[in-house]
Amino acid sequence: MSLVTIIDYGAGNLRSAANAFERVAATLDTPPEILVTADPEAVRRADRIMLPGVGAFADCKAGLDAVAGMREVLEERVIAGGVPFLGVCVGMQLLASEGREKTVTPGLGWIPGAVERLTPSDPGLKIPHMGWNTLTVQKPHALLAGIPDGPDGLHAYFVHSYHLVTDSADTRLAIADYGGPVTAAVGRDNIFGTQFHPEKSQALGLKLIENFLRWTP
Amino acid sequence: MSLKTRLIPCLDVKDGRVVKGVQFVDLIDAGDPVAAAIAYDAAGADELCFLDIAASHEGRETIFDVVARTAEHCFMPVTVGGGVRTIEDIRKLLLSGADKVAINSAAVTDPDFISRAADKFGNQCIVVSVDAKQRLDQAVGGDNGQAVRREDKESQWEIYTHGGRKPSGLDAVEFAARMVERGAGELLVTSMDRDGTRSGFDIALTRAIADAVAVPVIASGGVGTLDHLVEGVREGHASAVLAASIFHFGTFTIPQAKQYLQSHGIAVRMDRAA
Repeated sequence: MSLVTIIDYGAGNLRSAANAFERVAATLDTPPEILVTADPEAVRRADRIMLPGVGAFADCKAGLDAVAGMREVLEERVIAGGVPFLGVCVGMQLLASEGREKTVTPGLGWIPGAVERLTPSDPGLKIPHMGWNTLTVQKPHALLAGIPDGPDGLHAYFVHSYHLVTDSADTRLAIADYGGPVTAAVGRDNIFGTQFHPEKSQALGLKLIENFLRWTP
Repeated sequence: MSLKTRLIPCLDVKDGRVVKGVQFVDLIDAGDPVAAAIAYDAAGADELCFLDIAASHEGRETIFDVVARTAEHCFMPVTVGGGVRTIEDIRKLLLSGADKVAINSAAVTDPDFISRAADKFGNQCIVVSVDAKQRLDQAVGGDNGQAVRREDKESQWEIYTHGGRKPSGLDAVEFAARMVERGAGELLVTSMDRDGTRSGFDIALTRAIADAVAVPVIASGGVGTLDHLVEGVREGHASAVLAASIFHFGTFTIPQAKQYLQSHGIAVRMDRAA
């Protein structure tokens, strides 16, 4: 049985993420095991890795750094080993070179860019960007396959005040419009990240999770 | 396109059961909040809200089970309010599967709790419930000594706590702004005057708060018709509208309400549920 680990580093709606992954896994021909874990050794054995994250960038980074050996295992498996990786919300933002929420905090640096505060052109727009928005795919990707985008497409659930501004347009795979472009999905090689919450995005989210569980980068 | 207006059915839960009657077609147990949540999920609700009005400590414990079972079936945001007083209360709800918690009385008695909760769990997780009543000034006196609406625009609405039973003396708009400064990511604004009356939101209250803060406002209390939902967004400037009885009693369905909003030029999410 293949193994999908959802990393528990004290940040994130782990139960919700695990529920959605379990729901999708059960529909596959060979369902993988879904494991929520803080154990780097379990992550080392994983065939797929998911990094959730809710809260402030610096707190999440500190939480991840506080799990002894986790960062090293992630670098080893995701960067060197090519294991499919999905980061969600702050778990996606942590892929950036640095976060600029409150203080400047170095990120994992896997997707060059910085996490910046949203600055909608219309000052009347509320922050956080909280609710359902459609996506505009910038670059087709296996994880976005079968998900209708554009104004008549499916909706994703967002809740955030900061987003990852990538250095290269190549790594920005999907955007949402909120008084200007908001980064909705990033990726390169075996690494993918969403600013929105697939585990809370009903039809769109479950499709994306299914794509991730089937993904062979 | 921008964000869609959210439509949020609210379930009042007491000792693990829905208090107000829920009448859905094909719902075997109308008193089970999880069954009701699943029905709303399938109907295309944008979020769910549980308000725990537990009568006892044992009743309080059952909400965790309700949230956990709901989160197994509904892949949408879930807010839980009622009796949230400590960081540990919030942690337990989040671990059960809630995404946001609504805080009322504790926000009034200990504003610093909001700061601590937002620091710990992020602003996006902290909804402050603003339960307000229009101030009546007996001293001004109308005919026959009846209470009359106060003209004083400086403080038109007062915050109430403990399910609307205790006046706090605080001005609602000022309180709302202060809660946002403390880290509230969203405000659930309920008119205690309108709640349960089916006479519509208190639009002036909703708009006064929505225009005063940068975070989203959920309008609540008083929905009786679909026009009330439209008014809450158009005139009240709310980002989301919450209703209970019009959905529970089957007066309107979620798709009917969404189609009505859409036909009045309000952008809503029409995705089919998974």
